[in-house]
Amino acid sequence: MKSRFGPGALTVATWVIAILFVFPLLWMILTAFKQEADAYTDPPRLFFTPTLDQFAGVLERGFLPYLSNSAFVTVVSTLFVLLLGIPAAYALSLAPVKGTSNALGFFLSTKMLPIVAAIIPLYVISQNTQLLDNVWALIILYTSMNLPLAIWMMRSFFLEVPHEMIEAGRIDGATLPILLRKIIMPVVAPGVAATALICVIFSWTEFFYSVNLTAARAGTVPVFLVGFITSEGLYWAQLSAAALLASLPVMIVGWIAQNHLVRGLSMGAVK
Amino acid sequence: MRKAAALLAVLLLTLTGCAGAGALGTGDRTLVVAIVANPQMKDAIELSGEFEKANPGVSLKFVSLPENQARAKITASTATEGGEFDVVMISNYEAPQWAANGWLENLGPHIAANPSYDADDFIPSIKESLSHNGSLYAVPFYGESSFLAYRKDLFEQAGITMPAKPTWTQIAEYAAKLDDKAKGIAGICLRGKPGWGESLAPFTTVANTFGAQWFDKDWNAKLTSPEFKAAAEFYVNLVRNHGEVGASSAGFSECGTRYTQGQAAMWYDATVMAGTNEDPSASKVVGKSGYAPAPVEKTQASGWLYTWALAIPKVAKDKEAAFKFMAWMTDKAYVQRVAQEFGDWNRVPPGVRKSTYDIPQYREAAKAYAQPTLDGIADADQRKAMANPVPYPGIQFVGIPEFQDLGTRVSQQLSAAIAGQITVDEALKQSQEYAQTVGKSYQEVQ
Amino acid sequence: MATISAPARPEPAHTKKAAPKRGTDTPFKRRLPLLPALLFVVAVTQLPFVLTVFYSFQSWNLVRPGSRHFVGLQNYIDVFADSTFLGALLNTVVLTVVCVFFSLLLGLGLAILLDRKFLGRGVVRTLLITPFLILPAAGALLWKTTMFDPTYGLLHFVFGTDVDWLSEFPLAAVMAQVVWQWTPFMMLLILAGLQSQPKDVLEAASVDGAGRWRTFTAITLPHLSRFLQLATLLGAIYIVNSFDAIFLMTQGGPGTASTNLPFYIYQRAFQGFDIGQSSAMGVIVVILTMIVATFALRLMFRTFSVQGGAK
Repeated sequence: MKSRFGPGALTVATWVIAILFVFPLLWMILTAFKQEADAYTDPPRLFFTPTLDQFAGVLERGFLPYLSNSAFVTVVSTLFVLLLGIPAAYALSLAPVKGTSNALGFFLSTKMLPIVAAIIPLYVISQNTQLLDNVWALIILYTSMNLPLAIWMMRSFFLEVPHEMIEAGRIDGATLPILLRKIIMPVVAPGVAATALICVIFSWTEFFYSVNLTAARAGTVPVFLVGFITSEGLYWAQLSAAALLASLPVMIVGWIAQNHLVRGLSMGAVK
Repeated sequence: MRKAAALLAVLLLTLTGCAGAGALGTGDRTLVVAIVANPQMKDAIELSGEFEKANPGVSLKFVSLPENQARAKITASTATEGGEFDVVMISNYEAPQWAANGWLENLGPHIAANPSYDADDFIPSIKESLSHNGSLYAVPFYGESSFLAYRKDLFEQAGITMPAKPTWTQIAEYAAKLDDKAKGIAGICLRGKPGWGESLAPFTTVANTFGAQWFDKDWNAKLTSPEFKAAAEFYVNLVRNHGEVGASSAGFSECGTRYTQGQAAMWYDATVMAGTNEDPSASKVVGKSGYAPAPVEKTQASGWLYTWALAIPKVAKDKEAAFKFMAWMTDKAYVQRVAQEFGDWNRVPPGVRKSTYDIPQYREAAKAYAQPTLDGIADADQRKAMANPVPYPGIQFVGIPEFQDLGTRVSQQLSAAIAGQITVDEALKQSQEYAQTVGKSYQEVQ
Repeated sequence: MATISAPARPEPAHTKKAAPKRGTDTPFKRRLPLLPALLFVVAVTQLPFVLTVFYSFQSWNLVRPGSRHFVGLQNYIDVFADSTFLGALLNTVVLTVVCVFFSLLLGLGLAILLDRKFLGRGVVRTLLITPFLILPAAGALLWKTTMFDPTYGLLHFVFGTDVDWLSEFPLAAVMAQVVWQWTPFMMLLILAGLQSQPKDVLEAASVDGAGRWRTFTAITLPHLSRFLQLATLLGAIYIVNSFDAIFLMTQGGPGTASTNLPFYIYQRAFQGFDIGQSSAMGVIVVILTMIVATFALRLMFRTFSVQGGAK
């Protein structure tokens, strides 16, 4: 490649750009180890005596129940999305009928209602079905929130499966479940993994419903985080520690699975 | 992979069962308490283990949120009778209205059944602000008025003496003298953040003492009257010229940060600020502040009256246990517990019980601000703080249900004026329109 | 014979569809796998929507009991006459267009940088996707405190000014945060596109002596068009609904300078407790979004298929 500056310089430039880009994040990690007084300094302090007090404070405030609620809601809703979405994606891709694009369009249109507008009806419905402050309310909502995207993504992965393989399977008399499990899934697995990962990210970080429809019992991690913003007093260091702990699970999952993500998305993400 | 997923799901189900995701009872009664995330409340949460120990069979779950969210959640829940909470934290704004709507449990009988609770020990104005038809519907946790904190050392350096009853004109003068942009010290810190409980609280007290009011006795909106305009111009200009940087998004906590880190010479705000100002672990100006009464212009006094209180929604299931907890958090012994546990009398909830102010250790630790706080609360009376009679309760707020909305919208206009995006006149004109719509709906009822 | 049967069947069922001609597969059976998902989404999204429409025809203040009554289209009229609503609408459009555009651009740049082998590439990619993985709520609070604070923030430190970013440039500040959060997402999608380019075509191009720029415009960009479309569409759908950043950073202020539609609806519903008007606004937003989306989709598909996007 005819580059004026040589690959070495480009690497350095890439590193610099990357570090600059994530600098706010690095700063947050730094702040999580500070005492509050060290967090409110002008100019910002780079060297200080680190402490684990903030993390201890966060755990003391009962972080774990929120964490397990988030984990439960995220995993179950993602499982539901896959359970409902894979057959739907199949139907919309490999067995299309008249009305397929309508169904797709419909799914997409459900994402157009600003979730904010539906909150009072949802609140009233949850009240009447005893689902207020209950993780199942969130699970149902998150499943329906992520299904359109998941179906759309998985549909395009399914379209990548070579026709011959499916025809061969059908000729051998495979029913849909067998078809899915033995023939299609192995091909689209990275794509499904990518979809599942995206659902996990969106479920874990969802803020509006969780803050408004849960209270003490079903609170998820964003609810916990919001409780840190106090009207009075200093709180940035504790907040940084809380934000770090709150984001860590998904960060780890994302880091581990990023290869799947890229590979999955590159398998013809759009048709 | 499916097996792994199933295993994971089972594992999580068990985990969440232990964490209480559902209401899988163990026979315990669980009280869900919704409170605002202020430092005094946080202390209460820390101490709550003691209550659980003393009352086996009752476990507490707290939902603690910043003020705006807490209000939104609590109001939505109570108004729709959702029943998520057994105890809610409300203020003297909501209490009389919600009591009249029948949304709150009448606490009179509960209090009568507990003579040692001594509700007569509550400061009278605070008690009255939470009552309806002579009965208490919420018990106060802490009460406040407003006053002016000022840096005695900076005043001395500049050769200024704070008068015993300062006027706003004088304060503006001092702010101009002490404003030191080079050193990053603002002359005065005033709230500018939108919110009917944020910037509108101090602003309305200023408007009151300038002789203005939101509505006259016939519910005509008076936001474009000369007095209101003078007050608005005064407030906006003072903040823009000698106020803190970022004033239009500065609320109580932002001003608190500035003042305790030594970046403001004065701060007009709630009397509870003294607790943080004198807290060595957070403040760099401990012991340097004097506390003057809320500045006046045309009226006798101008401090506001506000209290965070605990109430029981009518639809709560376990009212006995709920009241027991509320009593624990607001009885005479509570302040002793706080002082013992945290070793700092400055942390006790101020402004509710007369007995607190009789405790010698408290008077000693809080000597800079205890009396000014009491005085402020005692003077927080519409007759003293306002120039003209008004058809609604409340000093720094208008005690009608529409005020949450109206106040928020007007405060947004004010905040835009402070940020310099619109002129004061434009802000007042738009605000007057909002207020007129509300006023009309009350005129129709009359 | 069921099309969805218990998954543990060891042998293919002896079914009448042994001859898999598409003809014997009835449309109903082909639709069946779709039904659970469809019914579920319909139930969970349409019921609240119907209620929202129902509420939009009423004047209802949650905290003034007894005030609820039917007013027909009055709420809609009031909404369109509300200058704040129109301002919020404008802000929403600006926010969406600018954020999608810039995060796409930045994402493209970062993806190109990442599309080569170099020392520590895995680490750099890991670093770069992280802003998308942290909670948007955490990101918003992070930017508000450590970046934008006029006294203690990093921007103040770097530029040495006392500018109160959140007050003076509220919308820009929010947009900066949103772009920061979404760039990794765009970057991943585009990276996927870059890495799925057929290598033989690229080789052929370089053998033919095509320069880097020419290769990029003639081969890479058309190949990427599908990914760019998806990224734009998805990004737009989510960014239109941006709520966390505004709620936590500026509360829509100062005044209503950084209020967008979701936040304004929230304010009217949860601070004003005016259920009728906020519902009307919700319905209006749905209709507007559908109109815009239909046009945008048609436009995009037409443009890109004319350019001969890769099949």
